[in-house]
Amino acid sequence: MFYREAGQFKTTYQADQAIFPLSQDRIGIAVIAAVAFVGVPALASDFFLTSVMTPFLIFALAAIGLNVLTGYAGQLSLGTGAFMGVGAYAAYKITSIFPEANIIFVLLASGIFSAAIGVVFGLPSLRIKGLYLAVTTLAAQFFLEWCFIRIPWLYNSNASGAIEVQQREMAGIIVTGPAATPLTQYFIVLCVTVALTWFVSNLIRGRIGRQWMMIRDMDIAAELIGVRPLTAKLSAFAVSSYLCGVAGAMMVFFWLGAAEPSAFAISLSFQVLFMTILGGLGSLIGSYMGAAFIWILPVALRVVLPSVGFEVAAETVEHLTFMIVGALIIFFLITEPHGLARLWQLAKEKLRYWPFPYG
Amino acid sequence: MLYDIFIDPFMQMAEQPDFLLQVLWEGFVAGILYALIALGFVLIFKASGVFNFAQGIMVVFAALTLVGLYENGVPAYLALLLAIGVMGLLAYTVERVVMRPLVNQPEIILLMATIGMTYFLIGFGEFVFGGEPKAMITEELGLPTGSTAFEIGERGLLILQHIDIAAAVIAIIMVAGLGIFFNKTRIGRALRAVADDHQAALSVGISLNQIWAIVWFAAGIVALTTGIMWGARSDVSFALEIIAFKALPVLILGGFTSIPGAIVGGLVIGFGEKIGEIYWGPLVGGSIESWLAYIIALIFLLFRPQGMFGERIIERV
Repeated sequence: MFYREAGQFKTTYQADQAIFPLSQDRIGIAVIAAVAFVGVPALASDFFLTSVMTPFLIFALAAIGLNVLTGYAGQLSLGTGAFMGVGAYAAYKITSIFPEANIIFVLLASGIFSAAIGVVFGLPSLRIKGLYLAVTTLAAQFFLEWCFIRIPWLYNSNASGAIEVQQREMAGIIVTGPAATPLTQYFIVLCVTVALTWFVSNLIRGRIGRQWMMIRDMDIAAELIGVRPLTAKLSAFAVSSYLCGVAGAMMVFFWLGAAEPSAFAISLSFQVLFMTILGGLGSLIGSYMGAAFIWILPVALRVVLPSVGFEVAAETVEHLTFMIVGALIIFFLITEPHGLARLWQLAKEKLRYWPFPYG
Repeated sequence: MLYDIFIDPFMQMAEQPDFLLQVLWEGFVAGILYALIALGFVLIFKASGVFNFAQGIMVVFAALTLVGLYENGVPAYLALLLAIGVMGLLAYTVERVVMRPLVNQPEIILLMATIGMTYFLIGFGEFVFGGEPKAMITEELGLPTGSTAFEIGERGLLILQHIDIAAAVIAIIMVAGLGIFFNKTRIGRALRAVADDHQAALSVGISLNQIWAIVWFAAGIVALTTGIMWGARSDVSFALEIIAFKALPVLILGGFTSIPGAIVGGLVIGFGEKIGEIYWGPLVGGSIESWLAYIIALIFLLFRPQGMFGERIIERV
């Protein structure tokens, strides 16, 4: 009843091919955009922005990056954390070499470096498939992590071995460093994430995206009808690592402010993989849902558990969080292996007929 | 530069043969332990097609259970029995709660489920036993401690830790035992049948659920053994979990489905890693152990994508 396409006629191909062909979807997305751009900044506290919204958006972008590779092109990767690290270190090097450079430009350029690294580590995918490939992407994870520790040039030979973000201004507003307000940082992260999501959604609908999906569904058949695995697979690695790299750069520049190599350890890869799979493989909206779920759940547990009378030690909360997250992941995989995006789709089907049991 | 890479390490080896032997021995022991972890992976992958990421944490969990029980006043051997019982319970629970509802799902979903299990077991283990490192009860279990030094040549010296020798012996016994179990017993044959073809096995009356519980139990016992051996060399703590990552290159070298592959792969990685670290590591700044194994495995895979002993992959459209 609330979600019906009845009466919405398309008279041009353009209208038929639109990203949101239904007016309800357009209204929905407008509401979400209004909340994100106006509601959250107006109402949220600084704590909420820095500990929930900004990391959520950054992780959503990383999850989209991994989704391009795993969900759309079917190549399993466990090296996401390291590719995010490459983006972060590249951005750090660029701003320390060119202090005057526009920070948005730095972000977008840093992704190019991680894309290049991603292509190099994507080369084995031409020979190796499935779980074997997943293990080889761990080579990227451990090798790059080692590079972040052992190559002093990457962190400007800081005594601490960490990268620390300097203060940078854009159009007179402080955007990075400790003096920047959470609101500014939230806005930049939001704009970059939305813009890149829009870019990826068009890429996926286009020729390249359809090639990725053909490779995913059956690579030999795809090859037989003229998809070149070399370009399809490597472009998937490049786009995926680009997005992860930008997400990693934003993570350090607009959220953490400083990062040690251990910030990009394998646990980060797993976190993003959880987001991608729980959200739904091959779904952009699912990446957002997965990121929200995995990021907000532990934060919520930390806030909620003490408030409902569980007076427990901080480390116990930490352990309980681990247990609950692990159990929930298994529970979700069992009840809905296609992720939250699939649940959303089912909900839309239900809304279409509601309040009638059958259409 | 070229001299440093291609000649100098070999000169060092030739000059100090006793040191080389020591390095080789270290590599051998590490390799055995990697092989043991890889064995746990292979057992489960063969029987159910699940890439069990939780094997590393099972090692820690088993060892922690053993040590934790002992610290609470349970005699060592009883604690060992109880730890085996806990692994059996874990196997049963995993089969019942995780594997059975997820049957026939794509392998990535199963992999994720085992990563979820890893998280759960980390939280659970720390919750019950605490996060601080514990010492393994080596002596109480009757395992040898101490070391023997052999003189080699005129001034060479080779030091063998007794626990390492015990580890090697136990690993060999374990592998032989598993080999006999797989080839001679009824359940072992059923396991092989399941590994070959799930549906065919079901159709001749083999219970998949039972087989999976058994296989997870076997992997649990392998994990307990690994935990004891590894814990005796260092402490028992959650840092041990990373040894699971050490075992993955072993797996791709040896093939996911091959027990001999796990052993040969483990030894190759063990030797390669130690020799690489000692003789070539200083050239690039050291601690290359964390990724060298992966690079070895990666290069190998480029030539033989199914691993050393893996079954040949034939794809049809």
